[in-house]
Amino acid sequence: MATRTLLEAIREALHLELGADERVILLGEDIGREGGVFRVTEGLQACYGRARVMDAPIAEAGIVGMAVGMAIAGLRPVPEIQFMGFLYPAFDQIISHVARMRNRSRGRFTCPLVVRVPYGGGIHPPEHHSESTEAMLVHTPGLQVVVPATPYDAKGLLISAIRSPDPVIFLEPKRIYRAVRQDIPEECYTVPIGEARLVREGTDVTVIAWGSMMHTVLQAAESLDASGISPEILDLRTLSPMDVPAIIASVEKTGRAVVVHEAARTAGLGAEIVAQINEKALLSLEAPVERVSGFDTVFPLPQLEKYYLPTPEMIEAAVHRVLAF
Amino acid sequence: MFADRYDPLQDEMVSILTPDGCCDETLRPDLDDEQIRTMYRQMLTMRLYDRKAVSMQRQGRFGTYAQMEGQEACMAASTYPLEPRDWIVSSYRETGAMWMHGVPLKLLSLYWMGNEFGSHMPDGVNVLPVSIPVGSHPLHAVGLAYAGKYRQDGSVAVTYFGDGATSEGDVHEAMNLAGVYEAPCVFFCQNNQYAISVPVREQTASPTIAQKALAYGFPGVLVDGNDIMAVYAVMQEAVERARRGGGPSLIEAYTYRLGAHTTADDPTKYRDDAEVEFWRSRDPLLRVQKYLHARGAWSEDWEHELLEACTGEVEQAMNDAEAVPQPPPQDMFRYMFAEPSAALREQEAALLAALQVQQKG
Ligand SMILES: Cc1ncc(C[n+]2csc(CCOP(=O)(O)OP(=O)(O)O)c2C)c(N)n1
Repeated sequence: MATRTLLEAIREALHLELGADERVILLGEDIGREGGVFRVTEGLQACYGRARVMDAPIAEAGIVGMAVGMAIAGLRPVPEIQFMGFLYPAFDQIISHVARMRNRSRGRFTCPLVVRVPYGGGIHPPEHHSESTEAMLVHTPGLQVVVPATPYDAKGLLISAIRSPDPVIFLEPKRIYRAVRQDIPEECYTVPIGEARLVREGTDVTVIAWGSMMHTVLQAAESLDASGISPEILDLRTLSPMDVPAIIASVEKTGRAVVVHEAARTAGLGAEIVAQINEKALLSLEAPVERVSGFDTVFPLPQLEKYYLPTPEMIEAAVHRVLAF
Repeated sequence: MFADRYDPLQDEMVSILTPDGCCDETLRPDLDDEQIRTMYRQMLTMRLYDRKAVSMQRQGRFGTYAQMEGQEACMAASTYPLEPRDWIVSSYRETGAMWMHGVPLKLLSLYWMGNEFGSHMPDGVNVLPVSIPVGSHPLHAVGLAYAGKYRQDGSVAVTYFGDGATSEGDVHEAMNLAGVYEAPCVFFCQNNQYAISVPVREQTASPTIAQKALAYGFPGVLVDGNDIMAVYAVMQEAVERARRGGGPSLIEAYTYRLGAHTTADDPTKYRDDAEVEFWRSRDPLLRVQKYLHARGAWSEDWEHELLEACTGEVEQAMNDAEAVPQPPPQDMFRYMFAEPSAALREQEAALLAALQVQQKG
């Protein structure tokens, strides 16, 4: 076991997979010499060379599009997109090709690639550096979308993603890259894609979140504990395919749910979760499911940033509302 | 004249004012000493602004900021030939160019201090907000240029971007569209030799960026970007050409970013001190100083006067920007549409209610 931040856990996963499988190739802007703007890939080019840890020209569509070809040719490309706000130029490749290659060719060609993307707000950055538009990806048939919230999951999920026969968009909660530490195994291990994690058991209400918001939820849970409320907390970890049975099992037990995400509210993933609960656990519900989310606005510049992101207080208030219903 | 005489395929670079301040008289543009002194003052203001911004960022009074130190000649000289009706569409490193074209320093500071009103350009100032997604904005310049052509208003749109941006497909689409529609557009690429950590030779296999224009059917000129006379001369030619219906041009200004990529960057990871020192000796301000000095148009006294005046101007702008109160949370919702949707109104009300509870609690 060794203590790792989320960022170090991701680096370790890349390191191990590069070492274990020569088909694995990383490419992205500033990932080589610089080790990435967040230093996730630090030291990897020195270790594995420029043919396997490739500094790419600034061309997101190009990077992902090229990765499609590499994947079809049997390599395991792991492109990095510097920030989620710069993933959009690659949407054409992701939506039109990455997500469909298997289906279009009736299984003849596949796209086993992992696009790593730091996402989310809360770091006081310039414009376009705070995006959390996971719902657009989840809405795209043919993509797996993964968001770890702990170092253990980050490493295990990334290794699973790289070994997956199908494409994965791997969203990294950059706000907590260095904020959480955990003792994790130094060797290879996997965390299965598609399984939620029961963070803690509770009896009164199910709180569902993922990524950096997990930590806001945990803060809220402390105050809720203090006021004698017992929330059950579910970390989805994989957004697509979603672990609906885990959600339903928990809601059937608690009878109440609050979904938390930092993405915009309308047609955010919360909407899908509420729909699933309605379809499969309506009769267990004691109250309508609440969403605590970002707004249907552009993510603001730093002076207004604090107003955009859900706070522990907002989560607590939502919990109180569903309990008081 | 420059576009015909300097072949980007042969790596030929327009250079008029040498690093030691000597001027090639055969190429001297029509700039008198007073004009050069004005440009010197503008470059100095940019330099001082930049340094102030970096120091304020360190104190937590400024957001992440993209420095322009070393690129002042590009910005001062490329904007000098422009008229107010012309447009500037730039990336994040063109604070100087935006200011030259009429955006107050206070406003630019407000933007980097994290207030959206920093992008609320004054009426009549034809400058689009900073564009952070690399390479995405030159297309807008093509549209503005086309609109100018359509209305026959004689305006020209100038777009600034870096060497790294030339790898984005959008930049190529922009050049192709401009060529096809003969848009009165000038593509001004500041080749500062790095895109964060990636050197330009790893960004493109073509020896110059200027030569890419040839494939789109219009001229491309490589110019010494640390030479205000050369930048001014090629820019003037390109702007005139566009204005009289001659279509777009690409200018590659060969320069160097002396500072970090942004205040969040550590350049020692990817370049050595000797290289930076070499480029310090080619400081665009220094060579203008030498030139003016040799002509008796620069003195230490004047330099001190300028330093004081420009520092005052910068300080004032920063203070004014800091004095702007933080916007209220309602501002997040207010500018999404001409009329806020019902969802937005509901969300705004919910936020305000939550904030009220928090304040009480
Ligand atoms: C589409 C997009 N991809 C990536 C980034 C992150 N990024 C910001 S600046 C930069 C380098 C740009 O280099 P260049 O175009 O040469 O301009 P310079 O910063 O040197 O002025 C990168 C990769 C971005 N802002 N936009």
